[in-house]
Amino acid sequence: MTAIDNTSTTGAPGPTGSKRAAEAARLRRTAWYSHPRFKRLVALMGVALVGAQVTGEQGTNRDIFHALRENMTGPGLWLWVGACLLIWVVREFLRAPVANAWSTARRAGTGPAERARTVWRRDPRLRMLALTALLVFLVVLPFLVSRHWQQVLVDQIAIYVLLAIGLNVVVGWAGMLDLGFIAFFAIGAYSAAFWTGSLPVAPPFELNNFAVIPIAVITCLVAGVLLGAPTLRLRGDYLAIVTLGFHEIVYLMAKNWVEFTGGTRGASVDRFSIDLGFFSYQWGLDPRPYYWLQLGFIVALLVLFIRLEHSRVGRAWTAIREDEVAAAATGVDTVRFKLLAFAIGASTSGVAGVVYASKLGFINSEFFIVLFSVLVLSYVIFGGMGSIPGVLLGTAILIWLPEFLRDTVPAQDRYMYLGALLVIMMIYRPQGLWPSRRRVRELHMAEEGTATRAMPAAGGRPATTGGDTPS
Amino acid sequence: MSDRNDHRTTEGAGRVSTEKSTATASDAAGAEAPLLELRDLHVFYGAIEALKGINLSVRTGEVVALLGANGAGKSTTLQTASGMIAPRQGGVLLHGERVDGIASHELVRFGIGHVPEGRRVFARMSVLENLHMGAYRFKRPDPRDLERVFHLFPRLAERRKQVAGTLSGGEQQMLAIGRALMGKPELLLLDEPSMGLAPLIVQQIFDILKEINEQGTTLLLVEQNASRALQLANRGYVLETGEMVMEGPAGELLADPRIRAAYLGEHVEAEHS
Repeated sequence: MTAIDNTSTTGAPGPTGSKRAAEAARLRRTAWYSHPRFKRLVALMGVALVGAQVTGEQGTNRDIFHALRENMTGPGLWLWVGACLLIWVVREFLRAPVANAWSTARRAGTGPAERARTVWRRDPRLRMLALTALLVFLVVLPFLVSRHWQQVLVDQIAIYVLLAIGLNVVVGWAGMLDLGFIAFFAIGAYSAAFWTGSLPVAPPFELNNFAVIPIAVITCLVAGVLLGAPTLRLRGDYLAIVTLGFHEIVYLMAKNWVEFTGGTRGASVDRFSIDLGFFSYQWGLDPRPYYWLQLGFIVALLVLFIRLEHSRVGRAWTAIREDEVAAAATGVDTVRFKLLAFAIGASTSGVAGVVYASKLGFINSEFFIVLFSVLVLSYVIFGGMGSIPGVLLGTAILIWLPEFLRDTVPAQDRYMYLGALLVIMMIYRPQGLWPSRRRVRELHMAEEGTATRAMPAAGGRPATTGGDTPS
Repeated sequence: MSDRNDHRTTEGAGRVSTEKSTATASDAAGAEAPLLELRDLHVFYGAIEALKGINLSVRTGEVVALLGANGAGKSTTLQTASGMIAPRQGGVLLHGERVDGIASHELVRFGIGHVPEGRRVFARMSVLENLHMGAYRFKRPDPRDLERVFHLFPRLAERRKQVAGTLSGGEQQMLAIGRALMGKPELLLLDEPSMGLAPLIVQQIFDILKEINEQGTTLLLVEQNASRALQLANRGYVLETGEMVMEGPAGELLADPRIRAAYLGEHVEAEHS
């Protein structure tokens, strides 16, 4: 292309030069359809269509297009389109004045929100108060919701939160991709079944469910170290495949070693019980007591993990995630700390397994398919890798959503909407719902990196043409 | 550290005084063994022999330059010295003790600081966090070390809150050196500190390296920039395809026609061995 330009410019550099400038300006100008404003409009219209379909009538078996026909012509659609249009107008045309007012208030340090923020930052008591209020709310939460949601809270949200905070240590903090996380969950659950004497094979001595927890933790630690020690030299994708393979081994053992695990027929497990002589209690069918127990486990683990994150161990993990060679050069034992993260994740998963088996009172191999590993991973990523509030929030929302959709869309479609949400999220907010500060930095830097790389390329065009003209 | 510094204050321009001061320093230490010695080092990448029996020694207080073309094995030598690669044969000796086979994060505790090739700062940590990571082997970083690094590199002090990935290449190199200094190294291994930097910045960095050496840290330097490295160094080694082809005082190497031809781009009538 430059060669052709050269021959044409040798005659008269002046006018063709300006023509070229005009051409460049035309090319540089963003086409209307690729303008971000227009893209956002399209995205919002997409949201409107999906929303109308989700909230409108549902399909029947006789006429599969019934729902589409009804929803795409009815008033619901116009309501959705109108609402999204309104959002778009507000966002595109009324945003600047609001943002200006906000930033001036912020710079001056005035404004109620800003003042509240400084007070919040300065006073740790206030933060403790807020945390206590949140905890009290979580404790009384089961009284505020129906039995169905209590079940969801206990069987899904609390269990997955336990799993997610464990996986967060591995993925979010140490930066290792683990796709076999549910394998440890299975090991925990089968430990509970074995030691309470619920499996076809009798244990040497029977234990209470609570006493199984340390045993499950140790079993998972050993399993985690056995898997981790030879494989943690691998990085990224390779480690993911190895963990996937490990999961498959554990899953197939649970499925096919029928004389030990009961296979797909499963085994019934004793529920939690406590007997201290003077005080005894048996957990039964009411989900609420399980919920409080799980809440206790979660809070205890969170306190432990938050302390770890801000310790030397946490700093070592950050360094390893950023650059393993540099971490080793500054004296961080990379293998040891990666193994530690892996083992902590595994044992958390094991605790979750014990709790799960002791709540349901029944396990079989199909509870431990690889899909659940992927789901936990997506909860962590959705919430914000490495950020504990993010992970908690992400898990709660992503479990709440399909349950909420149960009443509005056909059951088999629920995960489709979940998938759409994940896709949209990863495009528009890849750092997650409530990202950790370092992740935000990371993504900002990626953007700035592309910006600085793009700049010289754009500036380079006139420079080369200028250099060509004299020749 | 300070008494060695006193020996060094007498240093004028000559190599002679350096030799003298190293002699007194090692006398004070009461050991004849050099600080670092690589003895008959053979390193393999799979079936490829990257180092074919390297001998190298660094005495306390010295600056030693390791020169060579791309692929000669300079970085391999340095990585072996810092424990990142284990040699198949031969040994790495620190104060006469064998340390090969010790992992690199452990070697940090033996007083070896490694500034890896390509700087490798923690891009998403701030400058200060990077420096704190450098002191990871201590419970908490020594404020005097921090002061020293900020004194050597005032630019880092200005940008202590800035995220390291947004620093310029030269500043990142300074940060990498500063980070290694935070671990109180006795011997600093530098892998191409001038790589990809503007000549002016390279000059600055070499001036600071000189200062670091005068403060009592021994340096082993891998460089492509032969003239700059030999001006700083007391002695030099030249590697070629895994073999040591030349060694000697830096002044002699700098004057050697073969070096001038091969690394300084001067056309001299001399056959290349």
